Amino acid sequence: MKRLRSLLCAAAATLLLAACAGQPLRGTGDLGLIIERASGHVRLVNTSSRQPYARIGGLGDLSHASAVYSRDGRYAYIFGRDGGLTKIDLLEAKIVKRVIQSGNAIGGSISQDGRIVVVQNYTPGGIKAFDAETLDLLSEVPAEYAPGKFSKVVGLADSPGNKFAYALFDGGEIRVTDFSDPKAPKTERYPAGSQPYDGLVTPDGRHFLAGLFGEDGVALLDLWQPEKGARKILENYGRGEQKLPVFKMPHLRGWSVAQGKAYLPAIGRHEILVVDVATWKEVGRIPVRGQPVFVMARPDGRQIWVNFAFPDYGMVDVVDTLAGKVVKQLAPGKGILHMEFTPRGENVWLSARDDNKVVIYDTASFAQVGEIAADNPSGIFFTTRAARIGF
Amino acid sequence: MNPEVVRARVSALLFCFFSLSTVTVLADESLTPRQRELVRMVRQDCGSCHGMTLQGGLGPALLPADLKDKPVEGLAATIYQGRPGTAMPPWQRFLNEAEAQWIAERLMTEFPQ
Repeated sequence: MKRLRSLLCAAAATLLLAACAGQPLRGTGDLGLIIERASGHVRLVNTSSRQPYARIGGLGDLSHASAVYSRDGRYAYIFGRDGGLTKIDLLEAKIVKRVIQSGNAIGGSISQDGRIVVVQNYTPGGIKAFDAETLDLLSEVPAEYAPGKFSKVVGLADSPGNKFAYALFDGGEIRVTDFSDPKAPKTERYPAGSQPYDGLVTPDGRHFLAGLFGEDGVALLDLWQPEKGARKILENYGRGEQKLPVFKMPHLRGWSVAQGKAYLPAIGRHEILVVDVATWKEVGRIPVRGQPVFVMARPDGRQIWVNFAFPDYGMVDVVDTLAGKVVKQLAPGKGILHMEFTPRGENVWLSARDDNKVVIYDTASFAQVGEIAADNPSGIFFTTRAARIGF
Repeated sequence: MNPEVVRARVSALLFCFFSLSTVTVLADESLTPRQRELVRMVRQDCGSCHGMTLQGGLGPALLPADLKDKPVEGLAATIYQGRPGTAMPPWQRFLNEAEAQWIAERLMTEFPQ
C-alpha cells in the first residue's frame, strides 16, 4: 500500500513537472472548443493544426450548450442546459470555476467591456449578470411580462454600451437591459409579436432582430433609436400558405449578415429570406433542401452555409451570394448540428452528431480536409467570437 | 488502513459497480431495435426543444412528475398529430400510433436512456 502510494506520488510529480516545463507561450487566436453534449465534455481544438489538444469533463447537461469568450480569448464561458455556467481556461485546459445559476438555461453573452457575462434562462425566466472574473452574481432581471408571469428568454445578444438585447418567447416582447451599472440594471420593453424564438444583433451593433414563430415576420428594433419601438419586417412571408412542420427551431446570430443583406431562415418553409439591411425590405428568397436551422455567412460574406432540421440534417447547402442561389449541395455526415468558420473562413468545421465526429471542409474547393473524433458533438465555438459584437 | 477494512470497502465498491452495470444491460436488452431508435429520437430530436434529459427547454418538461396528471392517450395524440397553435409539430411521418402510444407510456413511467 505504502509503496503504491509513493509510486503514485512520483508519477503525479513527474506529470506536473512535465506540464509546467512543456508549456510554451502561445496566443489563443486559433483555438476553440467542441461541445460533446451527451457526455458533458468539451474538446479543445486548434484550427491551425486541425487537431484536438485536450478534453475537459464534468460540465453537466450540455444539450443546447453554447459558449462565449473573454476578450483576450483565453477563457470560455459555457452555458449548459442545466443552468451550469462554467469558465474554462483554454491555455491550461482546465475548469477555472463552475456555478449552477438557474434551473434551465439556454445561452449567454458577454459585455462590450468584457467584464459582465449575462445568462438567459428559461426557468426561472429572466437574465442574470455575473462578474466575468469571479462568476459572482451581480444582478438579475426577471422576465416578468404580466403580474406573476415569467417568460422564457431567447436571443440574448450583447450590443455597445454594455447593453443586452433579448426577446421573451411567452411575452412577445423585445427587451434591452443596460448594465452600465452592473448592480443596478435598467430595462426597456418593446412589444414585438407572437412567440419570438431567437434573436440577433447585427455586426455593427445597431439593430436587434427577433425571429417570430407565432406569425410570419421578424421584429426589428433600431438600438440607436429604440424610442421608435420595434417594427415588423418580412411580414406575411408565408402568404397564408400552410406551414411545413418545424422539427427544430432555427438559430439566429449576427453571422446572417453579409454583403449588405441579411440571410434569414424562413419558419415552416424550405427557404432563406433575403433582406436588404439598408431598407429592411425583402429582396429575394432562396429555395433550400429543408427547414433551415443555421444560416451562416463565411466571414467574407461570399458564401452562406445552411444546415437543416430533422429529418434533413444530413445535408448542407451552400449559397453563393453573388449568384444568389445554392451552388453546392453537400452530405457531410449524419446529424449535422452546427458549423463554425475558421477566423478568415478558408475552412468550415461541421459537427456530425450521429457519426461521432467533426468534419472539416475547405470552403473554396468543398473538399474535406480533416476530421476529429468527438462524442455526439454539437456546438463548435472558436475564439474569433471574442472580438465580434453580438456573439 | 486496516487491510480488512480495505478489503471490505473494495468488495462493496465492486458489488455496487456490478449490480449497477447489470441493471443497465437488462434495461437495454428489454428494448427492441426499433424501440431503441425511438428512444434515441426522443432524446436527441425531441430533445432539441424538450432537453436531452427531458427537463424542458422551449418545450415543456416531459418527466413523469410533469406528466402525472395528463391522460396517456392525449400525450400520444400530441406526439402523433402535433398541437396546433404551439411549436409542437406532428411526428406521424416518422412513427405510427402504437409507437406514439409506447413513447407516451414510457415518458409517464421512466424513459429509457
